[in-house]
Amino acid sequence: MAAIAGTKSSLTWAVHLSLVAMVLLWLFPTAGLLVSSFRTSDQIATSGWWKSLGASEQNLTLRTGGAADQVNRDNKFVIEGNLFGEASEAVISVWGTSSRSISDYSAGDTAELKNGETVTVQANGDYIMEHSEEFTGKRGQRIFATAKTPPEFTLRNYNYMLFDPTNREGMAKAFFNTLTVTIPATIIPILVAAFAAYALAWMDFPGRALLIAVVVGLLVVPLQLALIPLLKLHNEIGIGKGYLGAWLAHTGFGLPLAIYLLRNYMVGLPRDIIENAKVDGATDFQIFTKIILPLSFPALASFAIFQFLWTWNDLLVALVFLIDSTGDTTVMTKQIVELLGTRGGNWEILATSAFVSIAVPLMVFFAMQKYLVRGLLAGSVK
Amino acid sequence: MHPALQAVLTIVIGVGGCVGYFYFSNQFLDKVLFPGTGPNAGRNISRANMVRPWLFLFPAFAALSVYLAYPVIETLRLSLTERLPGNESQFVGLQNYQNMFNEPKFWEAMRNNMMWLLIVPAFSTAFGLLAAQLSDRVRWGNLAKSLIFMPMAISFVGAAVIWKLVYDARPIDQDQIGVLNALYLFFGGTEPQNWLTIPGWNNIFLMAVLVWIQTGFAMVILSAALRGIPEETVEAAIVDGANPFQVFFKIKVPQIMGTIVVVWTTITIVVLKVFDIVFAMTNGQWETQVLANYMYDKLFRANDWGVGSASAMIIMLLVSPILIWNVYNARKEMQ
Amino acid sequence: MANLKLTNVEKTYGGSVNVLNNINLDIKTGELIVFVGPSGCGKSTLLRMIAGLESITSGDFTIDGERMNDMPPAQRGIAMVFQSYALYPHMTVRDNMSFALKLAKKSPAEIDAAITKVANTLQLTEYLDRLPKALSGGQRQRVAIGRSIVRDPKVYLFDEPLSNLDAALRVATRIEIAQLKESMPESTMVYVTHDQVEAMTLATRIVVLANKGIAQVGSPLDLYERPENEFVAQFIGSPAMNLLSGKIVETGDVTQVSVDHGNGVIAANIPSSPDMKGASVNVGMRPEDMVPVTGENYAFESKVEISEALGEVTQVYFERQTPESSPVIAKLQGIHRDVRSQTMRMSADPAKVHLFADGQSLLYR
Ligand SMILES: Nc1ncnc2c1ncn2[C@@H]1O[C@H](COP(=O)(O)OP(=O)(O)O)[C@@H](O)[C@H]1O
Ligand SMILES: [Mg+2]
Repeated sequence: MAAIAGTKSSLTWAVHLSLVAMVLLWLFPTAGLLVSSFRTSDQIATSGWWKSLGASEQNLTLRTGGAADQVNRDNKFVIEGNLFGEASEAVISVWGTSSRSISDYSAGDTAELKNGETVTVQANGDYIMEHSEEFTGKRGQRIFATAKTPPEFTLRNYNYMLFDPTNREGMAKAFFNTLTVTIPATIIPILVAAFAAYALAWMDFPGRALLIAVVVGLLVVPLQLALIPLLKLHNEIGIGKGYLGAWLAHTGFGLPLAIYLLRNYMVGLPRDIIENAKVDGATDFQIFTKIILPLSFPALASFAIFQFLWTWNDLLVALVFLIDSTGDTTVMTKQIVELLGTRGGNWEILATSAFVSIAVPLMVFFAMQKYLVRGLLAGSVK
Repeated sequence: MHPALQAVLTIVIGVGGCVGYFYFSNQFLDKVLFPGTGPNAGRNISRANMVRPWLFLFPAFAALSVYLAYPVIETLRLSLTERLPGNESQFVGLQNYQNMFNEPKFWEAMRNNMMWLLIVPAFSTAFGLLAAQLSDRVRWGNLAKSLIFMPMAISFVGAAVIWKLVYDARPIDQDQIGVLNALYLFFGGTEPQNWLTIPGWNNIFLMAVLVWIQTGFAMVILSAALRGIPEETVEAAIVDGANPFQVFFKIKVPQIMGTIVVVWTTITIVVLKVFDIVFAMTNGQWETQVLANYMYDKLFRANDWGVGSASAMIIMLLVSPILIWNVYNARKEMQ
Repeated sequence: MANLKLTNVEKTYGGSVNVLNNINLDIKTGELIVFVGPSGCGKSTLLRMIAGLESITSGDFTIDGERMNDMPPAQRGIAMVFQSYALYPHMTVRDNMSFALKLAKKSPAEIDAAITKVANTLQLTEYLDRLPKALSGGQRQRVAIGRSIVRDPKVYLFDEPLSNLDAALRVATRIEIAQLKESMPESTMVYVTHDQVEAMTLATRIVVLANKGIAQVGSPLDLYERPENEFVAQFIGSPAMNLLSGKIVETGDVTQVSVDHGNGVIAANIPSSPDMKGASVNVGMRPEDMVPVTGENYAFESKVEISEALGEVTQVYFERQTPESSPVIAKLQGIHRDVRSQTMRMSADPAKVHLFADGQSLLYR
């Protein structure tokens, strides 16, 4: 299309700009969470996350060293040091010595305090305090400075949420539980569905069309209907609430899509190949394992991704079939909902835990996007 | 037992059990039940081949019956009964439905659900179409698609946290940390708003989350459809003097109408089942109730199985037209 | 050693779509039988019934006297080569060839020996470890053929094996198949094609299928020289045989016919009984048998509408005499310039004239 003569360049620009705007709009919320998870609670609470990316102007309250740090130099008592404690990249522009006048002096100026002390503050935070008599105050002088601080990020939140053994709200266990739910719940339906899909695609038997229609119908049956009857059933047969119940439920709920996707794919495999295998002496079982399964890899991958994302991200099934009153089997989604209730304002905790739960699906998403797209294209009922 | 061990064991038992079942049932069929040797070899083999599909289908359809088909019927039954103390139940006819219809919360949920049904599919599809069309025309389109598609991988709960941060409100004298309020104040708003507590509008803010997630899905499907349009029809239109907008709305969109309908209905189904977003963000307060959350409330908070099941049946009823339409189309396609 | 025998075989799809009826055919060891017929006439269906890929609705099919109707394909001692090659895309050439042998639990040494030998004859040795997608069309076809040979079947089945190849490769592979057959005189082959050149060049006998049944079985030249009916007469040979309506005026060892749009009488070396006198017949003349004549006895007279000079021959298309009559084509040896718009009188050697009454050749009365 681009090659067509006389295409207007203004339109091309409009296309680029609109798309950039759209991408930013879609990216912005997630970016906010990601950035926030690397900030301290103070930072999050005092400024928008988007400000943290550039250098920010902050009003700081700092303190010089106390009497203990003084040295006697040329008959003068001197306290020297850096207001930021260690080397910092913050740059002080103006400062003052009382909370009412925080911008009396510029960097490099010398202030005179009431008792004859002088203090000089440099832009990088180096200060020098001089007095002819001995300093007595234990706590040092307060300095109110306006400083430009560079972006500052920390891994502390992740450390706290994942690796701190004393943290009862930690995500480590929930992460692990989620994994425990997800993996069997992804693998088992694939196998069960693949056999059924093969039968529906390549075996001749009466009622085949009807069964396919049933699968298509079940594809849209809302999960909600299954909650109470299945919970009852699980209780009656003794499974109760727990992993087994969750695995079974996820398997059952994932099957229609699995069968539908795989059958559609398998039906498209060349008939000749399958017939040739028959002539070669393969049984149905061998045709399935040696020909159909390897050739259906793209469809299997598609479904695996769907099912993985769905089980990993699920809340409802976990609430109903998995998490009992002890909460030992809690999953990340449930943990986050809990935190939203109890720690609604602690964004460092919320952002970090949310990102811990989002990270794995995102990685899977970017690594396997091709299969996900294929699956979507095959799976949306035509 | 340690859950990890249990999980590994389940995988082994599950996978091994499936493979074993399929392998041994086949062996049994071919070697014991209808041996493919001896005088009746031919007849036996064709008999075995008549049974075999059912062997392959059995586990899947057993699971489907127990986990999807049976619950539909059981829910219908539960919606017509009342639980009595001591595991008893009693048939009450449409009483549960009547109770439900008398509850304002139910009608609030219905009204909100209808709004979701109108707004979310419409906006998701429109944005998806826009993104598909735009990204197909630039060289970095695949990157753009990837980023717009990304929310698809994020859980509803994760999305709820993400958007709660966007909607966050701080007192007026503090720096706003929610983007929406920051923008609102920047563009002349007088006071930070608690967006999720403003009845009416808060529904829109919840829907925005789902639109944000579903747009990628719509985009992917529609982009494939747009690429499937024969290039010649577009070229013919250009030669006929159509401008880019006419090409898009008069040539392309009509040709992908079928796909648009598919996308629309698929998102509609998602909307009907929407639960996590509302559950995590407002839990139905401030007039944001929706059917799925209402049902969860009834079932697990109020412990009222009758009304809970009745509301589940309402969701089923709303899904039914799509179900029937899909089945009808699938059957037509197979002929 | 394999005799194939089809007795009253019938095929109906889904209880109502009748495709083949009343098929009786005896295929002897060492024959290469070719099924030809227009597209959709059931060639593949018949072949697939022989293979066991399609059930036989009624009738019997035996190999060496053993009834095969319910036998699964693998146990019939057959190998099949498909038009699409049907190579397993995820297996190397070697694995493709060894798949059946492994399933039959042959020893690795045996498998290796068989593959090496076949790969040598088909010049596939250097491709053994490639995947099918890294092969050209012709190579793929050879792998498909090789894959069937390694199994050393009694019967080879080919379903249009050459139609996916380009013209030059098709001729080369056709000759390879002919040589292959020569090198395995004991094996029986059944070959489906819609290309009559393949049929004529390869077949020991050709089976022409039409109208849900067998129109004629015979050696290639038999079908050409002595077609049993109008369908076979027109199906074999290109361009198709001209049919001109006429009447028998004299019966006997040589039959005399007057052609409706001709003049006088023309003779055909076909005997006819006296009761045929006056009967309506179609006179068949192959384009290559038609010659211009000058006398008053001719089968046909018309103006040349189009002439195509092909060098070795000139194909002449005549104007129709009436809108309903079928077009007549003649193939004149050599170059004939300026025949366009000329009016020509055509006839043929009595030995090469065919006569059909009610569609059936008088030869077989
Ligand atoms: N599975 C089927 N169901 C119904 N009709 C079929 C089926 N397979 C083939 N046919 C019909 O049988 C006829 C013969 O097909 P085929 O044997 O493939 O013809 P060809 O001579 O071209 O190989 C065709 O008219 C086709 O439409
Ligand atoms: Mg065919």
